Amino acid sequence: MRQIFKTAALLLTLCAAQLGVTQGACAQEKFITIASTTSTQDSGLFGYLLPLFKAKTGIDVKVIAQGTGQALDTARRGDADVVFVHAKAAEEKFLAEGFAQKRFDVMYNDFVLIGPANDPAGIKGSKDIVAALKKIQGQGAAFVSRGDKSGTHLAELALWQDAAIDVSANKGAWYREIGQGMGAALNTAKAMGAYVLADRATWISFKNKDGSMIAVEGDKRLFNQYGVMLVNPARHPSVKADLGQSFVDYVISPEGQKVIAGYQIEGQQLFFPNAGK
Amino acid sequence: MQEGLGAWQLVVSGDPGLYGIVGLSLAISLSAVALAALVGLPLGGLLALTRFPGRGAVIVLANALMGLPPVVVGLVVYLLLSRSGPLGSFGLLFTPTAMVIAQAILITPIIAALTRQTVEDLWLEYRDEMNAMGVSPLGRLATLLYDARVSLITTLLAGFGRAAAEVGAVMIVGGNIDGFTRTMTTAIALETSKGDLPLAMGLGFVLVSIVLAVNASAWGLRLFAQKRIG
Repeated sequence: MRQIFKTAALLLTLCAAQLGVTQGACAQEKFITIASTTSTQDSGLFGYLLPLFKAKTGIDVKVIAQGTGQALDTARRGDADVVFVHAKAAEEKFLAEGFAQKRFDVMYNDFVLIGPANDPAGIKGSKDIVAALKKIQGQGAAFVSRGDKSGTHLAELALWQDAAIDVSANKGAWYREIGQGMGAALNTAKAMGAYVLADRATWISFKNKDGSMIAVEGDKRLFNQYGVMLVNPARHPSVKADLGQSFVDYVISPEGQKVIAGYQIEGQQLFFPNAGK
Repeated sequence: MQEGLGAWQLVVSGDPGLYGIVGLSLAISLSAVALAALVGLPLGGLLALTRFPGRGAVIVLANALMGLPPVVVGLVVYLLLSRSGPLGSFGLLFTPTAMVIAQAILITPIIAALTRQTVEDLWLEYRDEMNAMGVSPLGRLATLLYDARVSLITTLLAGFGRAAAEVGAVMIVGGNIDGFTRTMTTAIALETSKGDLPLAMGLGFVLVSIVLAVNASAWGLRLFAQKRIG
């Protein structure tokens, strides 16, 4: 029996050693932490971009993929070096609070309204998102909202405002706030036969599409801009300013912009670079 | 079973990403069990053997904390380890160490509460004998813990099961960083959110198989130990 305790002790030592090695190795390497959105990660953009960035600079990037609101809060607490998100108003608030000194446009794509193939609100093919939302409300067709202060959620709320519809009065009826990420919202909407606003990158790379379709696209109000900011080292001395700045510089450089433009899934370009424009 | 094929192909083909995730999951949960055992076993034993005012309340509290929601533990550890938190200067947030800490906090009450019950039952059996022999309090604790060791393996397994299965705490304090803090459960959550339900399901099968293997080893150990003790 003593052996069992010895084995347990050995196991503990091994585990501790392994964790030690993992962290020790990382302490020696150069790395930064980026708080970003689920769309940049789930669409595979980071999986494509970061190895190229590492090859050029030797910097490892750890990505925490959250909704935009949560990502900005993570950075506010000093737990990230760079934020890479998509909600311009929220980003400008972050700037104004002094958590970053400068914001750069990086790229854009667009939002699409996803709906069930039987299209209960009869909006398929529309290019007018506001009219479509009014129809959804008029029909009382189910609509799934992220409800998580993500960039997509903020964009969705702005669109309801454009349509002069007070969704908070309809919560629990046809308007269903789920408080989860993009993928979870798409899964839920599909299961409920509901409409949902999604960023195109996540939609294209989403694998559980059967029975869902794009109902509305191509309205210029569905524009989706991504921006990047280095967290202000004056606010959080733990921020790796030099390494973080090299990432910011890279994604807005002609080289980084070319990489972003070159990322495709099934022949479709997911993000359109527009730094410095 | 066809749904799990994608994941099994990863297992069979020795996908290094998957093996890294499995290894990290095991290392984190086993470390958390070891840490929680260091605290929980003596604590549970002490609770069983000592009498003090408010003891009943402490026992109820320990029992209740078995139901501690992982996401709450994750949040508390997150706020403690965040750069803006009291322990922020260690830079532990979004590391495997933070995940071990969160899981250890989560399962210490389970181990303490179950140990308390086991040792107390045993104590009723041995009380007269030990009193007659004049065994010191520390001696009683050591003897009873040692005597209950076979039952306590089940206690540790309950802790391991909880640690290996939870996703709420490790997601918050680990950040699900690819290749660094991604575990089986956070990977399953991620694949589900990407809509790759077959891969998520397959990873689920892999996780359950691993938990099964750990429990089978513990069972074997128990049989072996019982044979030795006779």
